[in-house]
Amino acid sequence: MIINHPLLGPRDSAEFVVLGDACLIDRPDGMNAAIEEMHDYAYIRDNPAGEHRELWYHEQGDRSWLVVTRSTLTHEVIEVELARNVARARGRSR
Amino acid sequence: MIPNAMRYSALRILKEGLTGNRGWQPVWREPEPKPEYDIVIIGGGGHGLSTAYYLAKEFGERNVAVLEKGWLGSGNIGRNTTIIRSNYLLEGNQPFYEFSLKLWEGLEQDFNYNAMVSQRGILNLCHSDPQRDAFVRRGNSMRLSGADSVILDPDEIRKMCPYLDHESARFPITGALWQPRGGTVRHDAVAWGYARGADQRGVDIIQNCEVTGFDITDGRCLGVETAKGPIKAKKVAMCVAGSSSRVAALAGMRLPIESHVLQAFVSEGLKPVLPGVITFGAGHFYVSQSDKGGLVFGGDIDGYNTYAQRGNLPVVEDVCEGGMAIMPMIGRARLLRMWGGVMDMSMDGSPFIDRTHVEGLYLNAGWCYGGFKATPASGYCYAHLLATDQPHETARAFRLDRFRMGAMIDEKGVGTQPNLH
Repeated sequence: MIINHPLLGPRDSAEFVVLGDACLIDRPDGMNAAIEEMHDYAYIRDNPAGEHRELWYHEQGDRSWLVVTRSTLTHEVIEVELARNVARARGRSR
Repeated sequence: MIPNAMRYSALRILKEGLTGNRGWQPVWREPEPKPEYDIVIIGGGGHGLSTAYYLAKEFGERNVAVLEKGWLGSGNIGRNTTIIRSNYLLEGNQPFYEFSLKLWEGLEQDFNYNAMVSQRGILNLCHSDPQRDAFVRRGNSMRLSGADSVILDPDEIRKMCPYLDHESARFPITGALWQPRGGTVRHDAVAWGYARGADQRGVDIIQNCEVTGFDITDGRCLGVETAKGPIKAKKVAMCVAGSSSRVAALAGMRLPIESHVLQAFVSEGLKPVLPGVITFGAGHFYVSQSDKGGLVFGGDIDGYNTYAQRGNLPVVEDVCEGGMAIMPMIGRARLLRMWGGVMDMSMDGSPFIDRTHVEGLYLNAGWCYGGFKATPASGYCYAHLLATDQPHETARAFRLDRFRMGAMIDEKGVGTQPNLH
């Protein structure tokens, strides 16, 4: 797989570490969240056959976190965004 | 119970040989589904077929159907590296896998089918003193469950496997955990043997019959929608590791599972060189030799969510590096084939055999890449749960709510990161 890094251009997927579902950006507030909410955040995953948004870390590159939209049926990479921008758009980051 | 004419034996081969081989019959029937069953099992892979077999044989449940989307054994039962072992550490796991190994030992006589169970031993190499300490601990834990384990020193390993790289500067072999009762099994024959045994006891095995939905009314599962029409059932049992999340989603469930691909490889056929299964302790690489002579080997999963039954080149490279590091002679063999299978990677690396929040709907899932060795016990314990509504004593820990209870079974100790288990 080739990941089209928004800053560095096309990079081999072997340079990355995969964390998983990009919904992990939306961490509940640990001080207020219900137990059920924290449980689902920590342990339960959507696991679709088709388009999947996931967090990739460019460990052997610029160490940026990316949100990669990818097909789990064909391995086609559909969209790559900086996770920082995605998180900011959701009001997650300072 | 089973008519003598249907049993396989040496005498039968002789008789058929002398009479033109005209008496052989199809190994299982191909029935159309009935409108209603006591128990419907979704998934005609190894675990689903063994569940049906033990339901019929041990628990007297004859009104059972197995629904398979494709053909029998088209999933991971035909895609694994055929290894059986019971060398786990944790209390929630080890008694279950030892139960499975004991079932393997009597399996061929039990279901009257040649599955080529070969207890040629499994050798887990270690490469540092702390790793050896950890293996000694694991060996002791194995013995507590009644399994066999032997700690070997470097000289004994050298005698057993002279071709390994014993004194590499980076990963010298400092010892090994050896389980002589581990080994390999002819994987397709396991599916065929269980299918034949279940069919002979009245189980309907229905191929090309995809489940497309559940009939759930007032929190109770009353049956399934399928490609061949609706089928009613008192109990419905999901058994579709690799696709568990997709099938469970039809019942409105989200699971603590990600689907990942594990690749496997086989070299060209060679003369006998490997006595049993060998695993490299400093990387992730394991190898055995099939009875045809090919070296069968594998390593890590690819690490990203996927339902494609194929992987990518970085892991191919990584696995081959592991092979070259521990067994340099493997570099002289040509790679013949490689393939991938889709795994249910759970949050703690351990499986689920449990009821669900829907009455009458059961789940068997999350086998990560250790499902093959578990095939007999998984089926037996699932059948126990389906027939008695109580978990089997060796499978009590495989609860679906164990994360909520704080009772994870994290054999590798890496936390809730499915692609690291």
